[in-house]
Amino acid sequence: MKKVFVKPVSLTGKQWHYCPGCGHGIIHRLVAECMDELDIREKTIGICPVGCGVLAYEYFNCDMLEAAHGRAPAVGTGLKRVLKDRIIFTYQGDGDLASIGMAEIVHAASRGEKISVFFINNTVYGMTGGQMAPTTLLGQVTTTSPYGRDKDREGYPIRIAEMLAPFEGTAYVSRVAINTPANVARAKKAVKKAFETQMQGLGFSLVEILSTCPTNWGMGPVEAMKWLESNMIPYYPLGDLKVKEG
Amino acid sequence: MAKVLMKGNEALGEGAVIAGCRYFFGYPITPQSEVAEYLARRLPQVEGVFLQAESELAAINMVYGGAAAGARVMTGSSGPGISLKQEGISFIAEAELPCVIANISRGGPGLGGIQPAQSDYFQACKGGGHGDYHLMVLAPSSVQEMMDFALLAFDLADKYRTPVMIMSEGMLGQMMEPVEVREPVTEQYAKPWATNGCAGRKPNIVNTLHLGVEELEERNRHLFRKYAEIQAREKRAETMLTKDAELVVVAFGLLSRVVKKAVIEARKKGIKVGLVRPVTLWPFPDEHIRECLETAKMFLSIEINMGQMIEDVRLAVNGQAPVEFYGRIGVVPSPREVEEAIMAAAEKGGLV
Amino acid sequence: MEKQILVAGFGGQGVLSTGLFLAYAAMAEGKNISYVPSYGAEMRGGTANCIVTISDDEISSPLTDTPMQAIIFNRPSLDRFEDSIQPGGVLVINSSLVDRAPRRQDLEVMQLPLTELAEESGAPGSANMIVLGAYIAHTGIVNIDYVLNSFANIFKGKRSHTIEQNRKAFLVGVEYARTRWHRS
Repeated sequence: MKKVFVKPVSLTGKQWHYCPGCGHGIIHRLVAECMDELDIREKTIGICPVGCGVLAYEYFNCDMLEAAHGRAPAVGTGLKRVLKDRIIFTYQGDGDLASIGMAEIVHAASRGEKISVFFINNTVYGMTGGQMAPTTLLGQVTTTSPYGRDKDREGYPIRIAEMLAPFEGTAYVSRVAINTPANVARAKKAVKKAFETQMQGLGFSLVEILSTCPTNWGMGPVEAMKWLESNMIPYYPLGDLKVKEG
Repeated sequence: MAKVLMKGNEALGEGAVIAGCRYFFGYPITPQSEVAEYLARRLPQVEGVFLQAESELAAINMVYGGAAAGARVMTGSSGPGISLKQEGISFIAEAELPCVIANISRGGPGLGGIQPAQSDYFQACKGGGHGDYHLMVLAPSSVQEMMDFALLAFDLADKYRTPVMIMSEGMLGQMMEPVEVREPVTEQYAKPWATNGCAGRKPNIVNTLHLGVEELEERNRHLFRKYAEIQAREKRAETMLTKDAELVVVAFGLLSRVVKKAVIEARKKGIKVGLVRPVTLWPFPDEHIRECLETAKMFLSIEINMGQMIEDVRLAVNGQAPVEFYGRIGVVPSPREVEEAIMAAAEKGGLV
Repeated sequence: MEKQILVAGFGGQGVLSTGLFLAYAAMAEGKNISYVPSYGAEMRGGTANCIVTISDDEISSPLTDTPMQAIIFNRPSLDRFEDSIQPGGVLVINSSLVDRAPRRQDLEVMQLPLTELAEESGAPGSANMIVLGAYIAHTGIVNIDYVLNSFANIFKGKRSHTIEQNRKAFLVGVEYARTRWHRS
């Protein structure tokens, strides 16, 4: 019988600890499929964030490091400077990358560090229980913005992809989402393009992936996908923001 | 081999190159900057990488990545910068990654000053960051040792898979002395744990997260078994005139050389005084101090701080003799000043 | 025998390079040396000083607050350091910039008008080499012929005309000491 669907070799197959309906499972799989298809698993080193993705080293079947909160791009820099011919990726959430790790991501991007960053934006701190993130939308209720995010109190959500795309060091910046099969397919293309950008030595690559957190949003998985579409995409528009060709 | 006149900070940088270090990640801070500046010039000449990080945090995490990749990696800083690096140092110690951290110290707390100081003894020797861990800490006293301890530090780091700190007063970094330049180190430690791509093997994981209660405790016990081994094998100290000493001075770093001179002068005045100079601040050479108890009636800890190492001297002496203290801040006391402190202590102890 | 020499003056007078030259010269002769520049807050006040230790044996303390000899380039340095010099020590003073006589009677005081000598020699930038020439000729702390032969080594990397100019200035100092200073 012809196999039409298999687990990527680049995943260990260990059962996710993620909540039902969480986008991390989808995104892990996309990254792993791309590693398989590009045949780079044995030369890839991944770096996990602090946040829900902290245990990603349990799931990716390649060399993995677990970094301090927000420091993955600096750790990736150290790895890549030593291992110039290896593929380095970081997997970071919005609290990790856009809040406590803002300096590290900005400078890695501005240096044109030849690493790929998969930035999962689900508008909340998931692991710690749904606190406000730098990407939390205006009006959005979280445990630390119980009256809804107010621009006069908490300021505005940060658009990371738009912020980093103009940097001379960035070679590929794209925003994708995982709310529909079509968007998942586009997300995979972007992940692959990020890896390819690194393999060609073009510079820094980042894919911002809009994802869901049904648990902390207080919704069912389907409802969360709809919420992503009607609330996140209008503020965080999808598409390539920067494509440097080799 | 002909000696070369070198600045302490440069000797340290060259020592790192000789040790095979090809990666330095740092952030400018006085009085450490010459280490970085020297390596910024030197490392590209040996196909190495010098990278000025955006912050102390980034620098230490670049070290984390570079060490995990299996390379000999170094960073340098001073007081306030070391404070910022402590998060990363805690991770590196837990992940058992070898690296060398130079702390060309300045006085604190706060922004403090750039004057010579030994105020970082606590944050160097007592862990410094969160959790239970230690660094190995070496305290050079001459420009030659700035070079030699760089070699020693990289060797110890690889041997025990631990971060090693070289801690010197800022003044030792600035001063110049002739240095016998060592031969390049060619021997490499195997690093089968490195995360450098899993071709032909199972993936390696560098991780410091241990959510299981038993796993976390066992992890700590594992680290402390290693620390016990280091304590058993790597304590280093230099002793001078301690055989018959009734008063034993304990001092480290450049200061210990000032104390040497003062001890010699005080001997001329009939005081039976000797010196124990801890070379490793951690592991602390408590046995070298305890050995003095055969003749010692009192101890005197001299430091360029308000009294930090004295706690370890007291633990070593364990109540068997009084331990006095003399300290300055931001000043290396002169031999005459130290001699006066020795005479005062001797008088207090009835040894005159 | 161990000697510790203090060199002090304004930043920009060549104070540190004077000390460093002395250190290099003694090192070339096979002595143990150490060189400690003024450091920390001291660096910021526009004044500079350094301590050079020259010894036949291993040097214990590279620091001292009681140098045996001092080369003083300006008045504030004389005011600050005069009392610290060991009795019987040598005090060399740039009389062009020091407008008072030293109070100490127990020192061997040697004075030379550095500014004037430098202008006369046609090398105003080499005043520190003049004082070195005079100091070394007078004290014999290092072998003067050896120093002269080591110029190219000590100024390694410098342009040849600066080496020649420094050598010339150094000899002006040597000549001054030999003709004007007498051993007491």
